[in-house]
Amino acid sequence: MFVTCLVDLMRPSVGFAALRLLARAGAEVVVPDGQTCCGQPAYNSGDMKNARKLAQNVIEAFADFDHVVAPSGSCAGQIVHHYPKLFADDPDWRSKAEDLATRTFELTAYLVEHLDLNDSGAVFHGSATYHDSCAGLRELGIKKQPRHLLATVDGLILNELEESEACCGFGGLFSIKYPDVSGAIVDKKADRVEKAEADLLLGGDLGCLMNMSGKLRRRGSGVRVFHVAEVLANMTDGPAIGEDVDA
Amino acid sequence: MSQDPHCHDFQKGAKKALDDERLQTLLGRTLENGFQKKRLQGMARLPEYDRLRDQARDLKNHVLDHLDMYLARFETEVMKAGGHVHWASDAAEAREIIVEICRKAGAKTVSKGKSMIAEEIGLNDHLIANAITPVETDLGEYIIQLRNEPPSHIIAPAFHISKEQVAETFLESHPHLDPARDLSEPTALLSEARGELREKFLRADVGITGANILVAETGTAMIVTNEGNGDLTQNLPPVHIALTSIEKVVPTLEDATLILRLLARTATGQEQSVYNTFFTGAKRPSDIDGPEQFHVVLLDNGRSELLGSEFRDILRCIRCGACINHCPVYGVTSGHAYGWVYPGPMGSVLTPYFVGIEEAHPLPGASTFCGRCEEVCPVRIPLPQLLRSWRVRAFERKLPGGASGVVQRIALGGWAMLARRPWLYRPAMSLGVGLLHKLAGGRGAFRRLIGAGGWTKARDLPAPQGGTFQSRYRKGER
Repeated sequence: MFVTCLVDLMRPSVGFAALRLLARAGAEVVVPDGQTCCGQPAYNSGDMKNARKLAQNVIEAFADFDHVVAPSGSCAGQIVHHYPKLFADDPDWRSKAEDLATRTFELTAYLVEHLDLNDSGAVFHGSATYHDSCAGLRELGIKKQPRHLLATVDGLILNELEESEACCGFGGLFSIKYPDVSGAIVDKKADRVEKAEADLLLGGDLGCLMNMSGKLRRRGSGVRVFHVAEVLANMTDGPAIGEDVDA
Repeated sequence: MSQDPHCHDFQKGAKKALDDERLQTLLGRTLENGFQKKRLQGMARLPEYDRLRDQARDLKNHVLDHLDMYLARFETEVMKAGGHVHWASDAAEAREIIVEICRKAGAKTVSKGKSMIAEEIGLNDHLIANAITPVETDLGEYIIQLRNEPPSHIIAPAFHISKEQVAETFLESHPHLDPARDLSEPTALLSEARGELREKFLRADVGITGANILVAETGTAMIVTNEGNGDLTQNLPPVHIALTSIEKVVPTLEDATLILRLLARTATGQEQSVYNTFFTGAKRPSDIDGPEQFHVVLLDNGRSELLGSEFRDILRCIRCGACINHCPVYGVTSGHAYGWVYPGPMGSVLTPYFVGIEEAHPLPGASTFCGRCEEVCPVRIPLPQLLRSWRVRAFERKLPGGASGVVQRIALGGWAMLARRPWLYRPAMSLGVGLLHKLAGGRGAFRRLIGAGGWTKARDLPAPQGGTFQSRYRKGER
């Protein structure tokens, strides 16, 4: 499993949720030590030299596995679509990147399409709404898979989010470089989340979820934000993203 | 009105737009509830829409591969039809050619159909400087001309202005009309503009339009409008100039229909624009109307250089505005923030090319890379990839702001340095995460945090949960 740097550093519970789901679906999972970050911040900032080095690091860390699964459409999309492009002029690394690309999957897609998981076994009594994160949606076609799995959560009602495919304004470093613009975009998203009148806001990418939960919290909204894997793995007992420990 | 570039002020322009509540309401109404919904409805009525997009992409690529050949054929056919073709390598040359044609015609007034190329070359200012009065006849262009503003969108140039503001503008600009007249309804505004413009159409010595498509096999310049003002601009004055850029050419009339099936549908959800005008040559002896002279000004302005660059795909653009209408950044900043003629994703690819990446460096960074622009593009231009190519150039040139400020370079470089060395990264991150976790106490998020000012300006920063996944996993946690 590719843990992704945000999950590793900010919210390990998403990683453990993914582990449990993969195990439940019958996969034997290893988390290699050599992995760090997929290199997206460098790649999207135009720093191709560092992007290539970080990609090589990931390619090597996962050289020996049949499949690589990440609880993030964005990081999986980076490996699947952008790693091969990074090595367009380097046949040796390009073939390694292409090989890794064919073996890499986003978590919910892998659970549904490769492991045929049809029952999460989770329970949540309440309503949830789902944000389709951009990279997962448009680069990997993640849309039905998380909804298919959420439908197996006992007691959970899905209230579809208006404009669920509209960007939340995170965009990696964009959210830091253009705080006013990003803030206005996530404000619109928060309006719609509140309009959906759900207990939970779910998504498949921690970056977007941190962005939206940060905005919802700033607005004093009561909507709780979780990674979809946490709900599917029955891990909604602890604090949601951005929620106080004693909440 | 043409614009001097002020793209380096994108952040400032964006802030101004964000603070303008009226504009924010207009943006939401026009984009999400207008253009976006109408495009979806338009697509639903054409099941083969996606197939047509592939065909259009292939057609445009084919044309770009043989651009010289199709342009030469186009020129031959225009001449056969009694017209003239003028090749302009840059904006200055195009302006001169047009002023010269106007001079020869003894023109005092020119009527204009909407043309983004005219904006690109700053034509109006140049005409005025040569004692020629340009009158915009597209309603949106007419409104912004009266207000002395540049367009804020490529197909809806005045959509940043409310109907109440238009009424104010008309009251000021049409002092010969009854000041107590009722301009509260859009129809009243429309008929007033129509009345004012009618006289101007008749008085114009030269008519200047853009062209959406050039047809090589017939020497035809084709335009789409919804108001019919293009027809009047082309037909009434004794001289017609079609001002257009070289990448608009397609081989045949049938190819033109392929573009037409996509253009209006993608832009506004219409099956077709209200007027699709195919204009070939000057008035023939048997014609009852039409101009005595027909001129085509073919502008290169760097496009042949673009053709040989990594940005080549942007030359497929048919100017439908879909990427603009669906861009979350444009959706809150509107067009003027981008600081030059072409806004939104297509503009952020084109503008650095015209005004230089040194001036335009904030634009390629002003994208979340959400990919919706590419998803809606009718000719499948990989816009995020092209924007990323500009970011690479900005990074290489160490340009400030945008994607590659000094602090950001250091932070990125430091991050990459650590992330490449897991043995160093792990303890460093564990330490950092531990500190942040402690600093947060029991709070789930930071309202303010030193070094995270950009983030916390707009939102709280969720605090780390405590311990890294890797360290907890290595300790046996599952």
